[in-house]
Amino acid sequence: MGCGRDPVPEPALSSIESLPVTGDTYVEASLGDPSRLNPLLASDSASGSVNGYLFNGLVKYNRDLKLVGDLAESWEVLQGGLEIIFKLRKNVRWHDGVPFTAQDVVFTYERLIDPNVLTPYGSDFNLVKSVVAVDAHTVRVEYKEPFAPALESWGMGIIPKHVFQNGAFNTHPANRAPVGTGPYRFVELKTDEKAVLVANPDYFEGRPFIDRVVIRVIPDSSVQFLELRNQSIDFMGLRPDQYMAYDSFFQNHKKFRYPSFSYTFFGFNLKRDLFKDIRVRRALGMALDKREIIDGVLLGFGRSATGPFPPSSLAFDPAVEDVPFDPAQSKNLLAEIGWRDTNGDGILDRDGKPFSFTVITNQGNKIREQTALILQAHLARIGVRVDVRVLEWSSFIHDFVDKGNFDAIILGWNLGRDPDQYLIWHSSQQGEGRYNFVGYNNPTADRLWEEGRRTFDPKERRNIYRQLHRIVAQDMPYIFLYYPDSLPTVHNRFQNVLVAPAGIGWNFREWFVPQQLQRYRLAR
Amino acid sequence: MTAYLLRRLSLTLVTLVGITLMTFLVMRLAPGGLTAGATDLSARVSAHEQRKKFVALYDLDKPWYVQYGSWLKRLSRLDFGRSFKDDRPVIEKIGERLPNTLLLNVLSLGLIFVVAVPLGILAAVKQNTFWDRAVSVFVFVGFSVPTFWLALMLMILFGVRLAWLPLSGLHALNADELSFVSYWMDTGKHLLLPVFISAFTGLAGLSRFVRNGLLEVIRQDYIRTARAKGLSESRVIGRHALRNALIPVITILGLSLPDLIGGGFIFETIFAFPGMGRLGFDAIMARDFPVVMGVGTIAAVLTLAGNLVADLAYAVVDPRIRLAGKR
Repeated sequence: MGCGRDPVPEPALSSIESLPVTGDTYVEASLGDPSRLNPLLASDSASGSVNGYLFNGLVKYNRDLKLVGDLAESWEVLQGGLEIIFKLRKNVRWHDGVPFTAQDVVFTYERLIDPNVLTPYGSDFNLVKSVVAVDAHTVRVEYKEPFAPALESWGMGIIPKHVFQNGAFNTHPANRAPVGTGPYRFVELKTDEKAVLVANPDYFEGRPFIDRVVIRVIPDSSVQFLELRNQSIDFMGLRPDQYMAYDSFFQNHKKFRYPSFSYTFFGFNLKRDLFKDIRVRRALGMALDKREIIDGVLLGFGRSATGPFPPSSLAFDPAVEDVPFDPAQSKNLLAEIGWRDTNGDGILDRDGKPFSFTVITNQGNKIREQTALILQAHLARIGVRVDVRVLEWSSFIHDFVDKGNFDAIILGWNLGRDPDQYLIWHSSQQGEGRYNFVGYNNPTADRLWEEGRRTFDPKERRNIYRQLHRIVAQDMPYIFLYYPDSLPTVHNRFQNVLVAPAGIGWNFREWFVPQQLQRYRLAR
Repeated sequence: MTAYLLRRLSLTLVTLVGITLMTFLVMRLAPGGLTAGATDLSARVSAHEQRKKFVALYDLDKPWYVQYGSWLKRLSRLDFGRSFKDDRPVIEKIGERLPNTLLLNVLSLGLIFVVAVPLGILAAVKQNTFWDRAVSVFVFVGFSVPTFWLALMLMILFGVRLAWLPLSGLHALNADELSFVSYWMDTGKHLLLPVFISAFTGLAGLSRFVRNGLLEVIRQDYIRTARAKGLSESRVIGRHALRNALIPVITILGLSLPDLIGGGFIFETIFAFPGMGRLGFDAIMARDFPVVMGVGTIAAVLTLAGNLVADLAYAVVDPRIRLAGKR
């Protein structure tokens, strides 16, 4: 539409769009049950997304994925990163009316490093030397050594000292009746049914327009989709096939599509002799038609991955080329190092041993299972026999991944916005339960991962991580398969839903529903 | 009678301890270990550290017999422990699920009885006719059709196209604000599809039992006598044959007690129904031992209690059972 005058009168909606009003309820569907509404203890995404409405960190990512102040008004990084001073907002109150102070930040830190607290987020705070409340609204954090992801780590939700100081932390009743500082207040939580939140009128950035947020637990994605069609839920994350469904399903909903901060990979156990030779890994990479995998399992809703960073990360090096799909070359490469089909059974062999291995992946993720099957077919074409083993998650993690007990693996990583992936790639991170389970070991890369953690200057950091993107891609500890897209959908009565590099939802506080389109009334 | 009761009670107790021990061992021997609900790895979260702390904190590194011992000790004080997942008392979690599952299953079992008995009679009386075969086909279709598929189809029909019924869950979002009558109307609407589907898929067993039982009875001499007396066919079947044919059905009722409290995982997942099936299944998948043990024990207790009552009832009506021990 141009900006010329339209002779036809505009529908009333556009005039209302500029005037946000309060009211209505936003109903979100969740596959999982939010179980721990304490940002320190929650490790599942269902709890995480509820906590996002209830709590604030000191910092947060804005629409352009830049760190900005949240509970902190401003901060200073001193002594080359050995010290960070946060100036806190002064007008913040907890949902129960008690003022928020520096003591809450110190308390949160103390719980994060407390060996008795069941938090999975402790590792970010290992390098902290001390956290001191200088005054009621100033916090000084000292580090043992400079740690660039430190700032991001202070996006951790801050919890109220006055609530948690009495009683056992892990089993505190407030973990299911949380008191936060966030734009929404907790109302009720029913296991495997729903969580209900209501707008916080005293929120420090201003009251959100949507009166109420309900998170409904609907464990089946197909049923979520039917509920969406019935307009009984306003938001869900779509699967690619659902995204492609008839338009009639989306009469009342807007669909969104943007790259997610994650990737799926096909990793090799580098301790196994079969995969020690990079030429073998390269040959296997060339045998995979990634386009077909993406079209097949994601219906095209993804991008071929070139390395460990997603395209929207500043660490992504666009100059890194994808492994070419070239089965003929792949066969030549394998023949060069002695893998030939000498007995004519269709499977390559060397020294009388066939080229065969098992790839494992976890049950319950159809996309990974299908990826494994396509990959199996592609490798069969060059004479490599792959067995696929799909394992139940708990035993997959405990008995196979943690113990390094596998040939090859299909899995995915959810990435933080900060490019630091020390835990995944540094050679020190091998051993039971650590994330370098493929056994990647490259001294140059090790040095760069360390340097990336020490460097605060954004430009320098970018250079370091772009180098790493290239090095890891060349070493091929994984074949990086694809970056899947996020496919959320939102009911179209909500206005101000804007897509940014951060996705949608970054400005949820500003979403609103015009009066005449509101569907729910809040009983008062 | 008292001796019989005592003997049965002590046997039941031994069985119960046996069941819990087996459950405990099976859970221990299963591969895997504690996991969070999420099936994704995140680069910034070290779940392993969390698990290690957890294992130490909850004595999961102790030998199994020590753990089982302390579990039994706590159980003797009726303390089922707390769920690993959300730290709520296990008994509370079961307490909020059991009524939902019972409500659903009692309704569906009731419906099964109301429908299956006449169907069975029809099939027996009209043996080897069109009606018999039609009933067979009908109940076996119900038996064979995948629950999740049927559920989705009916949801699309009644929930989406006709928009008569809600799709999933047990209550509307505003259930708390409804009056008593509309609250139960709302719950009823939510229950309609689940009850129908669970009844339809469960018809086969009972209707076949009724049919076969009746066929057997019909051939007996006293039925011939009844007919010879000149009684009407409906009196013969309804008064004389059916009473005896229904005795095995009481056994079936006893056998279906575990189903009443067990709940079904797929079923409850589809309908987002907060019942026992999902509770137990999720607990098994996450290796949430206290919940698994709690669900197992409660189910065992209720089942054993049901069996005991059934046996006692038999003993009351049938002197042969009651007096067996005195010989």
